[in-house]
Amino acid sequence: MIFAAAVVPARAQMGSSLGFHIILACFGVAFPAIALSAEWIGVRRGDPVALLLARRWSKVMAVLFAVGAVSGTVLSYEMGLLWPGLMGRFGEALGIPFTMEAVFFFLEAIFTGIYLYGWDRLSPRAHLWSGIPLPITGALGLFSVLAANSWMNSPAGYTMRHGRIASIDPWAVFFNASTPYESAHMLLAAYMVTGFTIAGIYATGMLRGRRDHYHRLGLRVSFLAGATATPLQAIVGDSVARFVEHTQPVKFAAMEYVPNTARDVPEYLGGVLVNGKVDLALNVPGLDSILVGWTPSTKVIGYRSVPPDRRPPLMSLIHLSFDLMVVIAFALLALVCWAGWVWWYERRWPKSNWFLVCVALSGVASIAAMESGWIVTEVGRQPWVVYGVELTSAAVTRARGVGVTLGVILAVYLVITVCSIAVPMMMSRRWRNEPPGDEGASVPYGPPDRQAAPR
Amino acid sequence: MSGAGGSPATVTAAAMLLAGGSAYALLSGADFGGGIWDLLAGRGERGARLRELIDTSMTPVWEANHVWLVYLLVILWTAFPPAFSAIMTALFVPLSASALGIVLRGIGFAFRHEVRRFRSRQLAGALFAGASLATPFFLGTVVGAIVSGRVPARPRDDLVGAWVNPTSMLTGSLFVLACAYVSAVYLVGDAARRGEAGLVRAFERRAAVAAVATGGLAAATLAWLSRSAPRVFANLTGRALPLVALSVAAGLAVLVAIWRHRYRGVRALAGLAVAAVLWGWGLAQYPELVPGAYTLRAASAPNASLLAVLAILGIAAVTVGPAFAVLYRLQQRDALAAHASAPGNPGGRGDPGGRGRGRAAGGGGAGP
Repeated sequence: MIFAAAVVPARAQMGSSLGFHIILACFGVAFPAIALSAEWIGVRRGDPVALLLARRWSKVMAVLFAVGAVSGTVLSYEMGLLWPGLMGRFGEALGIPFTMEAVFFFLEAIFTGIYLYGWDRLSPRAHLWSGIPLPITGALGLFSVLAANSWMNSPAGYTMRHGRIASIDPWAVFFNASTPYESAHMLLAAYMVTGFTIAGIYATGMLRGRRDHYHRLGLRVSFLAGATATPLQAIVGDSVARFVEHTQPVKFAAMEYVPNTARDVPEYLGGVLVNGKVDLALNVPGLDSILVGWTPSTKVIGYRSVPPDRRPPLMSLIHLSFDLMVVIAFALLALVCWAGWVWWYERRWPKSNWFLVCVALSGVASIAAMESGWIVTEVGRQPWVVYGVELTSAAVTRARGVGVTLGVILAVYLVITVCSIAVPMMMSRRWRNEPPGDEGASVPYGPPDRQAAPR
Repeated sequence: MSGAGGSPATVTAAAMLLAGGSAYALLSGADFGGGIWDLLAGRGERGARLRELIDTSMTPVWEANHVWLVYLLVILWTAFPPAFSAIMTALFVPLSASALGIVLRGIGFAFRHEVRRFRSRQLAGALFAGASLATPFFLGTVVGAIVSGRVPARPRDDLVGAWVNPTSMLTGSLFVLACAYVSAVYLVGDAARRGEAGLVRAFERRAAVAAVATGGLAAATLAWLSRSAPRVFANLTGRALPLVALSVAAGLAVLVAIWRHRYRGVRALAGLAVAAVLWGWGLAQYPELVPGAYTLRAASAPNASLLAVLAILGIAAVTVGPAFAVLYRLQQRDALAAHASAPGNPGGRGDPGGRGRGRAAGGGGAGP
């Protein structure tokens, strides 16, 4: 705990840069599949509106991918800048999934360059094919990064000697116990976040009266991506929670407010933990035990099974984040069921404005759910950086100045967040005001008007 | 000496770092250089024409080029974890500054394509260009600090000691000039391919000036290393001398080629001039990775890790390599259009569109 003073700003910086990047990463993983679906519809049916949609989406992608590429690089830096004690000891293990990720990032960036800028000179078929690697490399890249995070939750595949790693089993590092759970959970989350966010934008447009083929198609293609992932996520999420209970019982105890190891443990919905007591919660007797082991007599381990300095901080935050994620997931599942019900019985999409309102909100909701999930994962793993092996306080940098970089990161990312929302909004306003097909040139920056004298 | 170099896998991993460093310097370095020339392009019509060429040349490829930095970070921390840890701690300030530079450059570049108001566009462009100058400088100071043995094995709490010194300032400036140099040479080729006589001349001048300045500063840095890093200096003028000579020869050949307006192979020569210095540095430092703190062997990860990384890089060579080839081939044939799709926007404010396509399709715009 010698350098514990730097832990809080370092964790805040890591958390905020990760929380920012993860949204763009979702778009990096799932947006190409959605745009390719629209392009495929356009090529297949000869639908110019679908092609226009795909083309405009790829313009937005160009902006979001650029921001994601640099915010992802910041994370690579921060692994060393903030956590030299982690990388110096475990870099050889953690680095293996990250090396894989770098390969997929390369492929993704290369094909992104071809796909985004090849619209004019490549044949429609060649262009469509140039995009096919994107969803694949995106998913594999996600799998690799999540393997690294999973390793921090379920370290495996190494032996230590004199405080340094002596040998490595790369397969065991990569395919550690958490990898399948975390990567499946995140892949589905990426499709939900991207699908619902884009659908939400078109739903908003339709609520404002723009109910043309363009908006309907934009909503449907993206909503379907999110809707396909949602029921699968319900199943995966449930098994992830049970897996956490088995492998990280203290994290699970924080998620569910379980102080003492016991049977017939109640499930708290909402509520805050004050002086070890749960306040303002809806209490369902025995439900937590049932969720863990199907019967009320299932024993659930409590957080008092470990000393106070080995328990995660901010348990109310962990618990409420978990609840928020679950509540939003069920709300999104209900929304998907609504659409599915109407489609099943009437072979059409729901017409009601209420449906559009719900879809419009689903984007923000899915982002909130994903961020909550990451809070549970990361704050819940504390005080460990590598669960059960290395404390976060032993990993943090000895360099001064984290307070300053934290301030800079917060300020810069706030501005970038505003711009990343404002710029696509401006683009969309411009597209509405320009005749279709006019995609707007973008020479970097010249005089306001070439005829006019500069300034 | 070879004992400190470690196993063959360790030495190979170090060579992979140098290879990645060369790729980053020649590819992303040129993109940084493009930003520097954008910064110096001047205002008005003429400045816009230079910027347009720079922009067209880097838009489809900069992101892929940028990944080499991630490659370097990841390979360094996987293959040589304690050295990575020491470098990231001792050089916290310049590394944080370079990360900030990368962020500002990336978003400046991305946003300025899409914002329309002239003021916002200028601001985004200035961010991109200013950060393109600052980022290689800070990365250069990091290299200077490592070469001159200022990164201890257990870094103390010291914000400026490692990187605020003459060596770091020299290497930082050298990085900036080298980026500008590589970029100007590449842009001569790009302008020539498009038949832009005016831009060819503009970048020929810039390439020649940058070549002379880079060569001069490189010589000055070398001379200074005799004081700040005597062992590295001795090796640079000893066993690594052939590489240094190769760099000088390639640099001179570039000047001759520009003088004679022969652009065939000029990119490769300029790249060779820079890469030879990097490999010379590696050879001169061998077997030390962080002089005074870590030899390759002392910092090396266990063999199983290195073999896994090398195996992954082998896979990368057969997948990423051809993909890069396709990307650059398409770009060199102008099949990837950053903004050539513009049918023009005559009434649009602040949008001097249409030029890209007109030129690319028509081939030879008239030079000034």
